[in-house]
Amino acid sequence: MNKNTVFNEMLQRDGQVRGVYADFADWLKTVPHGRLEQKRLEAELLFRRVGITFNVYGEEAGAERLIPFDVMPRILAASEWQKLSAGAIQRVRALNAFLHDIYHQRDIIRAGIVPESILSNEMFRPEMMGVDVPGGIYAHIAGIDIVRTDEHDFFVLEDNLRTPSGVSYMLENRKMMMRLFPDLFKRYPVAPVEHYPQVLLNNLRAVAPVGVSAPTVVLLTPGAYNSAYFEHAFLAQQMGIELVEGQDLFVHDDAVFMRTTEGPKRVDVIYRRLDDEYLDPLVFNADSMLGVPGLVSVYRNGGVTLANAIGTGVADDKATYTYVPEMIRFYLGEEPILQNVPTYRLSRADDLAYVLEHLHELVVKEVQGSGGYGMLVGPAASQAQLAEFRARILAHPSNYIAQPTLALSACPTLVEQGIAPRHVDLRPFVLSGKTVSLVPGGLSRVALKEGSLVVNSSQGGGTKDTWILNQELPC
Amino acid sequence: MLSRTADHLYWMARNIERAENMARVLDVTQKMALLAHAGQQEAALWPPPVMISGNLAAFQNQAGELNAAQVFRYLALDENNPTSIVSSLNCARENARAVRVAMSSEMWENVNALWLELRARISVGISENELSEFCEWVKSSSHLFRGVTSGTMLRDDAHRFVQLGTFIERADNTARLLDVKYHLLLPSQESVGGALDYYEWSSLLRSVSSFEAYQKVFRDTIEPWRVAELLVLRADLPRSLHACFDELLAILEQLSSGSNKECLRLAGELHARLHYGSMEAIFQAGLHEFLADFIQHNNRLGLEIQHAFLSPPL
Repeated sequence: MNKNTVFNEMLQRDGQVRGVYADFADWLKTVPHGRLEQKRLEAELLFRRVGITFNVYGEEAGAERLIPFDVMPRILAASEWQKLSAGAIQRVRALNAFLHDIYHQRDIIRAGIVPESILSNEMFRPEMMGVDVPGGIYAHIAGIDIVRTDEHDFFVLEDNLRTPSGVSYMLENRKMMMRLFPDLFKRYPVAPVEHYPQVLLNNLRAVAPVGVSAPTVVLLTPGAYNSAYFEHAFLAQQMGIELVEGQDLFVHDDAVFMRTTEGPKRVDVIYRRLDDEYLDPLVFNADSMLGVPGLVSVYRNGGVTLANAIGTGVADDKATYTYVPEMIRFYLGEEPILQNVPTYRLSRADDLAYVLEHLHELVVKEVQGSGGYGMLVGPAASQAQLAEFRARILAHPSNYIAQPTLALSACPTLVEQGIAPRHVDLRPFVLSGKTVSLVPGGLSRVALKEGSLVVNSSQGGGTKDTWILNQELPC
Repeated sequence: MLSRTADHLYWMARNIERAENMARVLDVTQKMALLAHAGQQEAALWPPPVMISGNLAAFQNQAGELNAAQVFRYLALDENNPTSIVSSLNCARENARAVRVAMSSEMWENVNALWLELRARISVGISENELSEFCEWVKSSSHLFRGVTSGTMLRDDAHRFVQLGTFIERADNTARLLDVKYHLLLPSQESVGGALDYYEWSSLLRSVSSFEAYQKVFRDTIEPWRVAELLVLRADLPRSLHACFDELLAILEQLSSGSNKECLRLAGELHARLHYGSMEAIFQAGLHEFLADFIQHNNRLGLEIQHAFLSPPL
């Protein structure tokens, strides 16, 4: 990536400090040499002690790693956030409408906007056809991945509507920054994010089955060896709800119960962090030991609410992604506030031909991949990797999409050589219940390797605290 | 609360208590071995810790010779021995990790820090010479855990299951320790009152932090039957069987629900024996018989607790 084409969020091309970073730059001048590195080590020690770790699949069982934490905050202006949050809310409203439509009357297919072939998408769940979910909400928690390429250019990279994770890092990173640099918070009107669990809990209560006045909400985790287990435990604790595994729940008389030391207790809302496939061995993967036999039947009859709903995967699939701007126009009658990244659908012959020709310039992704697995970054790939991917694409073209390699914006980041720009993205979390809202913040992920565009934690990415300023700064 | 959560809390506490008791036994044995006169009988010193842990047969199958180095390795460090200190602490941490939500964050951080330090110590290696320091560390870590628990945890059912685990395990350990040591020390009764005898009995007392307590209570030379009385019947000694059952009975009464009648009955029966028992009667029937029966009943109580609260039948 050419350094001159990359948008640096702190430094303008003429070397001037951008407005929101001015105070930070002044503060940085007062920080003695070595102090930031010392703070970084302090943060690492604290994170390890608290056990804020994740498990990496494919490594030794139970191996725990820290996600690298960068002590330099990412700062966004109030006006920038306004656009981002309005755009993310708009998107989620349209996606919820789409999910309701696709599992009911399918107007959008009849209108010729989304092709009928979407019904054969692997993530489409026929079990959800005709099922009415409380409030018509399917994606109660949505992680919208946004990248920036210039002063005014933000793009949505993907929507995460299944079991998006990362919000615990947003909250823990903020706690850490306030502990490490209290003086910086005096200089900046940083909008608080700490009420996220409260908003989430209120939403989950609001979508309880009809007639339940004091719903029991639980968080369903695959267990302590899941990569996001820390987050499951953290959120359950913050919301004061039980963290349950499949073995703790059972179905009786068309209702879900949990086993407690005082006998069975009825469960009304399940914030599940378990994929569709594992939820119920009677309906999906019969070998799943993680799910609850009979759960889907209770769910379909309205005896329990699942958040997120079953079958949201059909809407966050990378092939469906390309239709989201159209969905916004179709369901909301609005123009999209946030743009999609131009995307080539390799199921289309002319797109396929173009992509194969320009493979070395493009990013190619698996339609259903996540976590940065199964992805090709053309400009960074070797000849052998390009050839291998070409073969994979040709074998199953419709499994892939391609996008131009975006010049992701860069933020100052503390690396071995000192402070240097590194590419970042942003995942704000949109919560839907009585209303659709988000707390002012999100998870900024940063590619720590110089020049790298892959920010995923499973691929060595780190995180930053993201500061949304409460008001415009006087300049 | 969730049965599984209660189960993890209970076993977390049991395993920490187990590690502490193992450290106590090893530490005292090591100190005995250092006494000048003990040289000729060092071989006799090391089997008892293995016997107390109930692992003699497994040890002989696997490790063979009962010497200081082998016993230390087996009882403290061997990750294949499920009751070694390292295994117990690993297990405590695994249980804690599974239910970190159910305890205070200070408790979780404490257990996690303990485990991280354990891994660090193992990675640099723990030699036989560091046995004493290692055991001290395990003991003080366990004290710290109990202190953090007492100082930060809400007194709800979660706390009660932590307490249940602690006291069931402690009662079992005190009874085993006394049983093995009494067996071993009594045959040398001809030397009662001699220096060797003094050291051996005082070391037993020290292993349960009761040496000073003995002096305070009896203000007299150390007599075997008084040691037994202290560890079995004295309600005011925190590691005695009686003290453990005062706690257990009170907790089980608070946890009362329809399903735990048998738990309450068993605990009440054992408690009555300790509360109303006399040392003369116990000695007449045989201390070993009394302790063996106690260990068995305590074990049954553990199984009942498992059945009533922790893994109820479907």
